[in-house]
Amino acid sequence: MGWSYLPHTDNDRKAMLAAIGVAATDDLFQDVPANLRLNRPLDLPPALSEPELIKNLQALAKANISMEDAVCFLGAGAYDHFIPSVIDHIIRRSEFYTAYTQYQPEIAQGYLQALWEFQSLICEITGMAVANASMYDGGTAVAEAAMMACAASGRNKVITAAAVHPHYRNILESYGLDRGFISSEAGFVDGVTDRDQLEKMLDDSTAAVIIQSPNFFGSIEDIKTLAQIAHARGAYLITVVDPISLGLLESPGALGVDIVVGEGQGLGLALAYGGPYLGFFAATEKLMRKLPGRIVGQTQDHAGNRGFVLTLQAREQHIRREKATSNICSNQALCALTAAIYLSTVGKQGFREVASQCVQKANYAYRELQKLNGCEVVFSAPFFKEFVVRLSKPVAKVNKALRAKGIVGGLDLGSYYPGMDNCMLLCVTEKRSKAEIDRLVSEMGAIL
Amino acid sequence: MNRNQAIIFEMSVPGRQALNLPQCDVPTLEIETLIPAEFLRKADAQLPEVSQPDLIRHYTNLSKRNFGLDSGFYPLGSCTMKYNPKVNEDVARYPGFAHIHPLQDSESSQGALELLYTMEQYLAEIAGMDAVTLQPAAGAHGELAGLKLIRAYHRSRGEARTKVIVPDSAHGTNPASATVCGLEIVEIKSHADGSVDLEALKAAVGPDTAALMLTNPSTLGLFETNIEEIANIVHAAGGLLYYDGANANAVMGIVRPGDMGFDVVHFNLHKTFSTPHGGGGPGSGPVGVKKTLIPFLPTPVIAFDGKNYALDYDRPQSIGRMHSFYGNFGVIVRAYAYILAMGPDGLRQASEDAVLNANYCLSQLKEDFYSPFDRYCMHECIVTSKNQKQFGVKTLDIAKRLLDYGYHPPTIYFPLIVEEAIMIEPTETESKETLDGFIQAMRAIATEAKTDVSQILSSPSNTVVGRLDETTAARKPVVRWKA
Repeated sequence: MGWSYLPHTDNDRKAMLAAIGVAATDDLFQDVPANLRLNRPLDLPPALSEPELIKNLQALAKANISMEDAVCFLGAGAYDHFIPSVIDHIIRRSEFYTAYTQYQPEIAQGYLQALWEFQSLICEITGMAVANASMYDGGTAVAEAAMMACAASGRNKVITAAAVHPHYRNILESYGLDRGFISSEAGFVDGVTDRDQLEKMLDDSTAAVIIQSPNFFGSIEDIKTLAQIAHARGAYLITVVDPISLGLLESPGALGVDIVVGEGQGLGLALAYGGPYLGFFAATEKLMRKLPGRIVGQTQDHAGNRGFVLTLQAREQHIRREKATSNICSNQALCALTAAIYLSTVGKQGFREVASQCVQKANYAYRELQKLNGCEVVFSAPFFKEFVVRLSKPVAKVNKALRAKGIVGGLDLGSYYPGMDNCMLLCVTEKRSKAEIDRLVSEMGAIL
Repeated sequence: MNRNQAIIFEMSVPGRQALNLPQCDVPTLEIETLIPAEFLRKADAQLPEVSQPDLIRHYTNLSKRNFGLDSGFYPLGSCTMKYNPKVNEDVARYPGFAHIHPLQDSESSQGALELLYTMEQYLAEIAGMDAVTLQPAAGAHGELAGLKLIRAYHRSRGEARTKVIVPDSAHGTNPASATVCGLEIVEIKSHADGSVDLEALKAAVGPDTAALMLTNPSTLGLFETNIEEIANIVHAAGGLLYYDGANANAVMGIVRPGDMGFDVVHFNLHKTFSTPHGGGGPGSGPVGVKKTLIPFLPTPVIAFDGKNYALDYDRPQSIGRMHSFYGNFGVIVRAYAYILAMGPDGLRQASEDAVLNANYCLSQLKEDFYSPFDRYCMHECIVTSKNQKQFGVKTLDIAKRLLDYGYHPPTIYFPLIVEEAIMIEPTETESKETLDGFIQAMRAIATEAKTDVSQILSSPSNTVVGRLDETTAARKPVVRWKA
């Protein structure tokens, strides 16, 4: 049989073998020792035609409950925000998604400009001077930020708030173990980082303090004060932010933060079972030449036309090789493009509006849920779009009952934090309608 | 030709918008009663204000200023730019794949877990390995995960091995990944014929050797014939063998890294398994391991009890997490669809055709361009501009001139050990006609080098911008828009 992705006919193959001067394709593999060759076909299912392929994958897709068929109140690092239609139409243009990294700038101006615009948009929302053209996801961006802070400060201790996403802390630990930096955790009080404990933990070998805001519980941290505490001991303050929250919350740049990272999935990327997502990474001007990853710079050609190139490549792995501070090569360029389209689509007003609706709707759900017997709030700190409730029944049990009603409930915090059994982290985005929230409340009421 | 395309910020007009949002339908409260004023933004982020038609035109115009694989031939060595099947784009967007939450319970995500589990089996079979993790988000991320697995293995045996041997022809990510993993690099010189110098390797290994990182076929596009002996030398010293899968497109169904003696391997799904590069990602870099390394795989691991799929977090020896969730799932869906469409025979045919195409290009280009290795190549070949040097034409000039002929240039100046290298990887999805057109263009440039150097040196001349001033870009970086 033939394969539609392979153009050669047997005649083509014969003609090419003749031009090379060999009798058979096998002759081209003469360098592969005979005893190493696989003398059987790979043990894989036989090839499927396109209609068969579609059926096969449709069946797998249908074995999952999609958020198109359920009402989602689950967040915890992956969010069901509204995705404007324009996005997929643009990123499905094959000039974008089938392109390679922009090593030949003259025929990659479109992508280079779009990534430069992405960097600019990230700088606008974070209030930072410089951003790179993306990291793998929020969690790896945190680890890269810690590595950069250690390298830039010549110190090797990193203090992370326990209210930072547990998965991000896992990645940090995994990176830190071999990289040789020491990580410790500062606890929380009433849903926000314990300031006094943090202050005591800091010393002159602390490279960075990592704070998430809104943190894993959805609470908003007092970043300005935490930055002052870190800076007093010469440590960098790294914040992990939800980009959507920056429509309303003060920019980290204005609060004295040195490095801002985060998960960009909320900026127009599908949930997609956890990936592909988008890590963003921004910093002060002083740190520009220490940033990991790719950076696009503006320049001009000999005729004075504005143009864009990958720049500051002395930082990167293919130039400095073993001296590189990061090994990131392929990044999440198409996801960065997605985020840039999202931010330009919602625009100045829409960006504020999405954030405002998250706060209003989450607070409405919070107020209504409190009225239920068997559901009490846990923290009093101000929050953005997520909050914690303690239930009178195990979270897994409640979620199962909710799922039967077409609702995906919140995260079970008991498996992440000791002492938080029966605690549920709920998320309400701008996409949830009043009717959906009311349904959640009434179903919860019936279950509890 | 439109030489300038406005920056989106330059198009902004206060009051325009590209999206209508619904009215907030819950009872609202004054924002300051919900969030203290000190935490609120004093000034709005200055995002562009554009209408939807203008937004669409902006990005459409940008796309027209970009070369993608669907626009033309992309013979990038070690990057494997093959055709991206369209059906894969459709399946990845099925709601049951695109709109599922990574933390929803496993009962409601059996299809996704089954796909991941099955994909692990498929890749393990193709690699000749015992288990695979799909967590790494790119090849370099896979390298880091693989080296962490190797470190964890040595650590579990109470051995402090801190050195990684890499050939001087290695991909730049290899030394960088080792450094990020806290390991030291020992670089060994290649033999004149491009292979690993066995004597140099023997001198380099020792009780401190954690691993040898190798790609086979090598970055020179040549098969490392002595691979068994290389494996023996490294294993005898107590080290492990790491396979960089960047060049795996040459060997599918023909020879497997696991059978060659490799202990750890990463694949680049965005190369060998036809998922789009996306202009620099998302990629996906699954890592395969031999049995002894299974306890160290990143968490969670996909488990199957014969009936149900689940996520297993109970892995006490695990290196931990490498990604916030389970890797680039959407990319894995596309690669899974590719494997199903090709089947065992199709994958082998793909590798055979890739090797055929590279040798065909090499055989046709050898007359005009210098070929440093007198051997059959694997899926990519190297020529150089040595013959053109006498006319003042360098490899960069040839690359830029190719742009005028409508081709994306090959990889240039890599591997670093070949002077003025031009590394051509045609891939199996290119027809003979496409290759002939490219060969003709290369020959025409070789002729121009003899007759009309000025045209080459001033190229490209029909792109939207000419050669760009990269020095100024780096010395006086302008990396963001400022009003």
